[in-house]
Amino acid sequence: MKSKLFGPATIAAMATLGMGSLPAMAQSPIKVGFVSTFSGPQAAIGEDMRRSVELAKEHLGGKMGGKPFEIIYEDDTFKPDVGKARSEKLVLQDKVNFIAGYIWSNVLLASLKTVTDEGDTILISANAGPSQIAGELCNKNFFSTSWNNDQTPMAMGEYLNTKGVKSLYLVGPNYAAGKDMLAGVRRTYKGTIVNEDFTKWPDQIDFSAELAKIAAAKPDGIFIFYPGAHGVQFVKQWAQAGLNKTVPLYQVFSIDAITLPQQGDLALGTLGAQEWVNDLPNEQNKRYVADFKKKHNVYPSYYGAQSYDAIMLMASAADALKGDLSNKDKVRAELKKANFKSLRGDFKYNTNQFPIQNFYIQEAVKDSGGMMTVKTIATAVKDAKDPYYEKCPMK
Amino acid sequence: MIAALRTPRGLATAAILLVLAVLPLLTQAFDQRYLLSIGTRIVIWSIAAVSLNMILGYGGLVSFGHAVFFGIGGYAVGILSANGLHSGWLQWPVAIAASVLWAALVGALSLRTRGLYFIMITLAFAQLVFYVSAGLEAYGADDGLNISRSRFPGLIDLRDKASFYWLCFVLLLGTLWFCSRFANSRFGFVLRGAKSNDQRMMALGFPVFRYRLTAFILSGAFGGLAGILLANEGAYVSPAMMSWVKSGDLIVIVVLGGMGTLFGPLYGTIAFFVLEESLKPLLDLGRKGWGEYWQIVFGPMLVLIALYARGGIDSLLGRRRG
Amino acid sequence: MDYLLIQMLNGVQLGLLMFLLAAGLTLTFGIMDLVNLAHGSLYMMGAYLAWTLIGVTDSFFLGALLALPATFLLGVVVEAVVMRRLYARDHLDQVLATFGLILFFNELVRAVWGPAGKSIAVPAFLAHTVEILPGVLYPAYRFAIIVVGALVALFLAWLVARTRLGMLIRAGASNRRMIAALGVNIELLFSLVFGLGAVFAGLAGLMAAPISSVKIGMGDDILILAFVIIVIGGIGSIKGAFVAAMVVGQIDIVGRAFLPDFLKTFMSSAAASSAAPAISQVLVYVLMAGVLVWRPTGLFGQRT
Repeated sequence: MKSKLFGPATIAAMATLGMGSLPAMAQSPIKVGFVSTFSGPQAAIGEDMRRSVELAKEHLGGKMGGKPFEIIYEDDTFKPDVGKARSEKLVLQDKVNFIAGYIWSNVLLASLKTVTDEGDTILISANAGPSQIAGELCNKNFFSTSWNNDQTPMAMGEYLNTKGVKSLYLVGPNYAAGKDMLAGVRRTYKGTIVNEDFTKWPDQIDFSAELAKIAAAKPDGIFIFYPGAHGVQFVKQWAQAGLNKTVPLYQVFSIDAITLPQQGDLALGTLGAQEWVNDLPNEQNKRYVADFKKKHNVYPSYYGAQSYDAIMLMASAADALKGDLSNKDKVRAELKKANFKSLRGDFKYNTNQFPIQNFYIQEAVKDSGGMMTVKTIATAVKDAKDPYYEKCPMK
Repeated sequence: MIAALRTPRGLATAAILLVLAVLPLLTQAFDQRYLLSIGTRIVIWSIAAVSLNMILGYGGLVSFGHAVFFGIGGYAVGILSANGLHSGWLQWPVAIAASVLWAALVGALSLRTRGLYFIMITLAFAQLVFYVSAGLEAYGADDGLNISRSRFPGLIDLRDKASFYWLCFVLLLGTLWFCSRFANSRFGFVLRGAKSNDQRMMALGFPVFRYRLTAFILSGAFGGLAGILLANEGAYVSPAMMSWVKSGDLIVIVVLGGMGTLFGPLYGTIAFFVLEESLKPLLDLGRKGWGEYWQIVFGPMLVLIALYARGGIDSLLGRRRG
Repeated sequence: MDYLLIQMLNGVQLGLLMFLLAAGLTLTFGIMDLVNLAHGSLYMMGAYLAWTLIGVTDSFFLGALLALPATFLLGVVVEAVVMRRLYARDHLDQVLATFGLILFFNELVRAVWGPAGKSIAVPAFLAHTVEILPGVLYPAYRFAIIVVGALVALFLAWLVARTRLGMLIRAGASNRRMIAALGVNIELLFSLVFGLGAVFAGLAGLMAAPISSVKIGMGDDILILAFVIIVIGGIGSIKGAFVAAMVVGQIDIVGRAFLPDFLKTFMSSAAASSAAPAISQVLVYVLMAGVLVWRPTGLFGQRT
């Protein structure tokens, strides 16, 4: 007796179901590696980046190019060799499609070759921008959603010229990034540089000697670079020495959404330069800041904004290629178009795959709720290119 | 030796050495290239740990600046490479010579002190080199320096991961062999005697200071070798290679594995790396997100080992005869 | 002249803060022969506990005052649970165990207080500048640190020279077995001494907090400097720790204030600017190495 259960219709139905599930099985998720600092005194920065990345994932509905994507976080513990080992793991073991993150220049430089050459994997830096990678070490697999280290202080220098600040005292930590930042401001600033002090890195927490020198020198302004926790210390001591009433503070990377809760009122009125401010008036930025603040009760910082952009950049390429990332040349070509809505507004890539973008001046203020935040008060430079791209062999 | 293989310790050691010997083949077969990277680092760190064991384990001299030899060996290779001198035949002897000279200088000045003073003065000298290298603008300062690997034309290509691994492994075996001759020679016995009671050794007429200095120099030479290999492993050198935390890690490894034993440093290195890599995913299995706090477990583990596993892992592998 | 005075005061303040940290360390090493790498963690815990207590009591003074017995208690607990078992061990086991404690405390802080640093504001009654000489302004809070530090130093001097506890401390530093043989309750003594060291470390941490910040691992880098100081001063000697701390404080400030200009007289400005901090960082170690080569047990340490 022919059973009705195995009639032709049933077979056809089962076949369709079977075929329907095949593409689903081929849907292996897109993997994104994210290297940042999640432990130790600078862990707050990594936390901000992670929160932004997760928010990006949420805004994308967990998919790019129609495929689900997962993010694997690795902690560089602020050490270049650990960052390199973690990057290697992501590339060799997890076989990620993209790696993003990298707060610190030395971690990035240590990991670069492992990821881009030996691993032939695309690296999107969401913060570090050492001059070597903007110049001779530029790489087709490297993209930046941040800037080159020199650009931000250069922008501040330009602004100080327009504002008529006649003399400046420079203070920064004695390591590669610190020297880059102070050199960056020297590139564009036309006034007198009264003096330049490098402080011990990373263990100097007391700036009394330097502040006493500044008080004696009476410059028109101080320029500083003290990332993360050190920014908190310097600003506090500058204010406690009474200098906040006599010598204005101009800074890069030292006062941001992460440090402001600790610096509090002491930071009021200080001016900083950056390519992204949380009040930039485009739609995607408003949404990002509002959602972030609602979820975490604090403002996001540029570290987070740059990380969010990194995910969106990847998504733009994945969407254009309908989720098929197998042809790396095509992926790189799509990334290079920067065809996505960046939180800082649209930008184009330079030949070295660093953004050509505006830089804004932001002032530390209190918002309507009494929380410390930053507010855009001027555009320092428009469509700025970094000073190293001509050394890059890619054209 | 066959009798030694019958003991738990002998079996464990033989098994470890066997796995290490064929690691590239295993990782190839199971497509685990990342494991070969870890394995290479384990072998290199083991060489450094064995070198530290020479003075720490056998000599009782707690040097808190041993990671400086990572840096000296590494930067010698790095600086020569940056100046276009890529030949391994030139770089490696220069690196070892530099390590020997530095060890001789530091040893001569430090060995006059004891106890914590000795620990601190060795740390001081290491910090000196650390800060000097962090100030070398021409060689990347604290950003570090990307370099090309040493060249041995016609002999071996260090860019090939498997070849490089086997070179490191052979050098580890060589270091272990040297250490065993060292420990079981008259020289070694005098050193160990001085560790327990240097007054007695001096009363017996042995120039303890000279013995210790020699041990210090030998230890530095092998430490420098580890530095050379580390620089070649990552094709990168930076001052972080010789931070005092790394020196601390090396001490932890030697104590963890079992001081004054031949294979102790090897057990210690493997345990240290394995713990670092595996504690995180293990905790994540318990509950997602816990893995990040792995040091909350690792920390107390070190405390417990220090308190209850005197003699380190080596002692856990069974009693020693004699 | 005024500028020099200010820099000198800066040196004194730095030195006294370092002395607070070093005092506890030299005590535990001198009396108990204990290498305590986790001393920096006690410094950190003092600051974090103060932050919590200040938040709860809404008063800097009260919060700081309460943080002291809290840190003492923490010290006593750590001593009972871990340190007590380490006295009989050699220094290496102590290094290993206390290294493990550092990792534990850093992660504990991150788990309990979160990864972002915390801030303690300078108390309102000290948040101004003091005119110590006409026209010479100095932050009142730093002045307060000098006062507190000096008081603690005097207290310790009195304690060590004129009390029974101090006598036991001095005796223990030179011969531990003897005081045990004399029937002194060693366990209690060690608990007290360790607790006292913890309080000083915590006090240093909470006093430093308003001018720096409260963050994970804040004790780790300072720790090395503390060890350098007690070695220069001689292990077990409070006087040595004081002298060494003051010397190191002055050298540090002088290095930062005057070295760059001095170097510029014969080096290019750029080279001088980056050489100065490098030299300054190394200077302390060179000083220590120099002292040890001349006096292998530090300035005031016990000669073996």
